[in-house]
Amino acid sequence: MEFRLDTGSGVATYRQLADQVRQALRLGILNPGDQLPTVREVVASIAINPNTVLKAYKELEQQGLVEGRPGQGTFVLRSLSSTSPSDQLRLRKRLASWLAEARRSGFDEDAIKALIDSVLHEKNSAAEDVA
Amino acid sequence: MSNTAALEANGLGKRYRNTWALQDCSLRLPEGRVAALVGPNGAGKTTLLQLAAGLLSPTSGTVRTFGQPPDDARARSLPDVGFLAQDQPLYKNFSVRDLLRYGKHTNVRWNDTDAVRRLDALGIALDRKAGTLSGGQQTEVALSLCLSKHPGLLLLDEPVSRLDPLARVRFFSTLMDVVASEGTTVVLSSHVLADLERVCDFVIILSASRVQIAQDIEELLASHKVMIGAHDDVSHLGAVGTVVRSSQTNRQITLLVREPPAVLNPLWDVREATLEEIVLAYIEDPTAGSAQRLQALGSS
Repeated sequence: MEFRLDTGSGVATYRQLADQVRQALRLGILNPGDQLPTVREVVASIAINPNTVLKAYKELEQQGLVEGRPGQGTFVLRSLSSTSPSDQLRLRKRLASWLAEARRSGFDEDAIKALIDSVLHEKNSAAEDVA
Repeated sequence: MSNTAALEANGLGKRYRNTWALQDCSLRLPEGRVAALVGPNGAGKTTLLQLAAGLLSPTSGTVRTFGQPPDDARARSLPDVGFLAQDQPLYKNFSVRDLLRYGKHTNVRWNDTDAVRRLDALGIALDRKAGTLSGGQQTEVALSLCLSKHPGLLLLDEPVSRLDPLARVRFFSTLMDVVASEGTTVVLSSHVLADLERVCDFVIILSASRVQIAQDIEELLASHKVMIGAHDDVSHLGAVGTVVRSSQTNRQITLLVREPPAVLNPLWDVREATLEEIVLAYIEDPTAGSAQRLQALGSS
């Protein structure tokens, strides 16, 4: 996997790296046994402090997601994707066609995000009500 | 973290005639850290770096690198210190190859294998005269020379000011690779905070010839908060901690606070401070956060 850095986001760099690994685990880009990029590889590709990379990997290790093996590198222990690849593919296709429809109806990216956020939130509060 | 400080200053000062360029500077930079040195022009950044490199002698106080005073044990401590001056003085009539050869003869510890490979990758031919290279290429050559010394402490004075954005990223990735592989300690001055934020884990803020802050960046961020309150309420909102900076409009007051109390009036809207907010606050007002101001503002 390859890391990106959003310098204007205000999110701490180590958190961005850890989030990207978790995202890759969720999407099945990374699977158990896969090796994360070495500290030197990350540092050379996005020019950040090596301690930041170590900190991100340490957080992932504490969450039991990866394991550092001395002299070898950092390896994925478990995946975060609880969904099957075929479900992901099917939902992805439907979402893409839904997005196309939203754009045809004049929704821009912000309007689409706002809509998704509000439905997600609606669902969460409904779930809380039931609980 | 090791117990030896890569750089340690105690009451360090430098006076030129009647003007103090640096005054009462005390700080301790542990080994392996990458420190941002920030402050307005004339705050003493270059003076501090030159004192640390042994290029200037202090008027008062002491400076040590890896426990050694630079002027006292030249032969022992200087090989451990690499200094890249702001104007990157290269001998203009020397070819890059000559510069590397010169480095080899004048340094105890020298290995330019990496430098040659890096310059080759950057397309900088070794037979080019230094004076004919672009500003950015001269910076790359100067950094390569510095790194070939394999210093334990690397002092870089405004190293990226002449580099375009792509060359800046390349410069920092070279630098961070060295930090990752050799554990080099770095002090780096620059005005571009966004650059510093991505590569540094320690910050030294100089203002009005004095050290305002010399601290781990994470600790610094954790100890400062921005607090926003409705203006009329402020006097009833109780203790807030040390106010570093405050600004007001008719409707609201915004404070940058150091070490706010654990329990705050919930009417304050509290959020994380960015490194930029903190640095600017200390640079803007060199008396920021002093006890006097705490009383003046905290009780208002």
